[in-house]
Amino acid sequence: MLFLLAILIGVLYGSAVYLLLRRNIFKLILGLIFLGHATNLLLFVAGGLTSGKPAFIRGLQDEAIGMSDPLPQALILTAIVIGLGVTAFALTLVYRFYKVTKTVDFDELSENE
Amino acid sequence: MILVLPVILPLLFMVVLIFTRRWLIFQQSFSLLASIGLTFTSLLILLDVYQNGIMSLQPGTWEAPFGITLVADTFSAMMMLTTSFVSIVVMIYSPGFIDRERQTSGYYPLVFGLLMGVNGAFITGDIFNLYVWYEVMLTSSFVLIALGGSAEQLRGSIKYVTINFVASIFFVAAIGILYGQVGTLNMADLAAKMRTWDDGSYINGALMLFFIAFSVKSALVPFFFWLPASYHTPPIAITALFAGTLTKVGVYTMFRFYSLFVVFDQQFWQIFILTLAGLTMFIGVLMAASQFDIRKILSFHIISQVGYMVMGLGIFTASGIAGAIYFTIHNMLSKTNTFIAGGLVYQRSGSYDLKYLGGLYKASPLLALLFFIPAMSLAGIPPLPGFFGKFFLIKGGFEAQQYFITAVAILTGLFTLFSMVKIWNEAYWKKEPEEVQIRNGKVHPSTITATAILAVAVILLGVFAGPVMEISMDAGEQIVNPEMYINAVLGR
Repeated sequence: MLFLLAILIGVLYGSAVYLLLRRNIFKLILGLIFLGHATNLLLFVAGGLTSGKPAFIRGLQDEAIGMSDPLPQALILTAIVIGLGVTAFALTLVYRFYKVTKTVDFDELSENE
Repeated sequence: MILVLPVILPLLFMVVLIFTRRWLIFQQSFSLLASIGLTFTSLLILLDVYQNGIMSLQPGTWEAPFGITLVADTFSAMMMLTTSFVSIVVMIYSPGFIDRERQTSGYYPLVFGLLMGVNGAFITGDIFNLYVWYEVMLTSSFVLIALGGSAEQLRGSIKYVTINFVASIFFVAAIGILYGQVGTLNMADLAAKMRTWDDGSYINGALMLFFIAFSVKSALVPFFFWLPASYHTPPIAITALFAGTLTKVGVYTMFRFYSLFVVFDQQFWQIFILTLAGLTMFIGVLMAASQFDIRKILSFHIISQVGYMVMGLGIFTASGIAGAIYFTIHNMLSKTNTFIAGGLVYQRSGSYDLKYLGGLYKASPLLALLFFIPAMSLAGIPPLPGFFGKFFLIKGGFEAQQYFITAVAILTGLFTLFSMVKIWNEAYWKKEPEEVQIRNGKVHPSTITATAILAVAVILLGVFAGPVMEISMDAGEQIVNPEMYINAVLGR
């Protein structure tokens, strides 16, 4: 499971960077969404991923037996909500940009008109 | 309990302002009173912290490592006070500068949203909560920078939103890795646990991600290109607010994290930070020298001066940090002041471009004086605070025997003077050129009042450099000795 998730995170990060480097601004937004999801999964994996066992960090004295750590999920939930808000704003921004300039090309972003 | 007010009050103000956003006069006067109230609260917190030491609060009575802790030490209280003072000035300035359309479509509530995020970032003692405050602050700033929706603003905001979103991603990833390794989110608890750790590889990896996130937000080399590409696009009152608060939150967080979390390989981090600080100072000021738009010159100066602050961090002695803190306070005031003085130039002659400006000294000595004070303060001319800030930093650098970075700082000071003199010569002294855009523009009295108030504050900061420096020394001691912070939060 860990192995699969690691590959998935890698693929998501890779495609996010690829999309961020494209010239189309809509693809940039897609890249941002991918980047956000890759990081949410990273949080999930980094927070400990042992099924059926307590997921606290090994080596601590006060290990809670029979519980898994709910905190990473709570963090991810918060990060998803924030990411959703920012993505919605970014989409509106790009739409407005398209309405004003009639293009979604990055070249339009440069200063000299 | 006073510690929740810097966060709760802006939230309440924002709610009130959202529902009344069409009543222009109410918005203006309420925001002004609200920001005065906020300043007063921050002042009370600063006095309390200065007398009784670091203050911490556990909302919801969850004990320290489990709940979200609010902590105010001298540094964060000073930053809150300066931020809310800057907001007063911006509130006086805005009615005379920003058009009615923007003012009634949510400008004032957004400013309080921004202040809530900034204060929250200063006051929180929990890394994930810090991320949330950063997002509150950034989301407000996203909307503020795009407010009005002109093509130029949209261009600027797409760059601004993208780079800040990517930086936030680095931030969250670092939190995840750190949590996975150490198993706590409370800053003091993290710092205490790290000091008993024997393997620093994961921690340093996470710290590097944090460092990238914060250096994007505070515009350090090599992550500064977004700032001059976006800061000049919104009306200058908004730019002034950003210049006075946003990048400084990044700097503040960097100070806090360095003090608490740099436990392993301290020498590497010190050299690394000093190198970046030197490069930031120098490259920022060199790029400023080649610009002809007042707003762009000043934007590049923000970068250069963030370099000074980070240099104080790299020195990492109590006097170096104190110098950096004094410099940060000075910079928040002087920088905002130069920006809004630039706004006066715009109202008078309809342009920010030095090629179309000239003869303003002859036309209006008052405007010239109002620009001269903060500009000379930034350049570091004696009775003004910029001089003391640089003096304390350079003194701290010599005491810590960091001669190279100190030499760079002195050299950068010369270049800063050069570009301030450039604006002065071009806009104020040179003869008025033939093709000007507006010949006798009307300067609104509220903008002049705001600029004058801030100029007086800048002068006072220079006059009372001694007492302010004393408070900064207190803050510097707290940063250099993180045990004080850890013990205050964990109640040991």
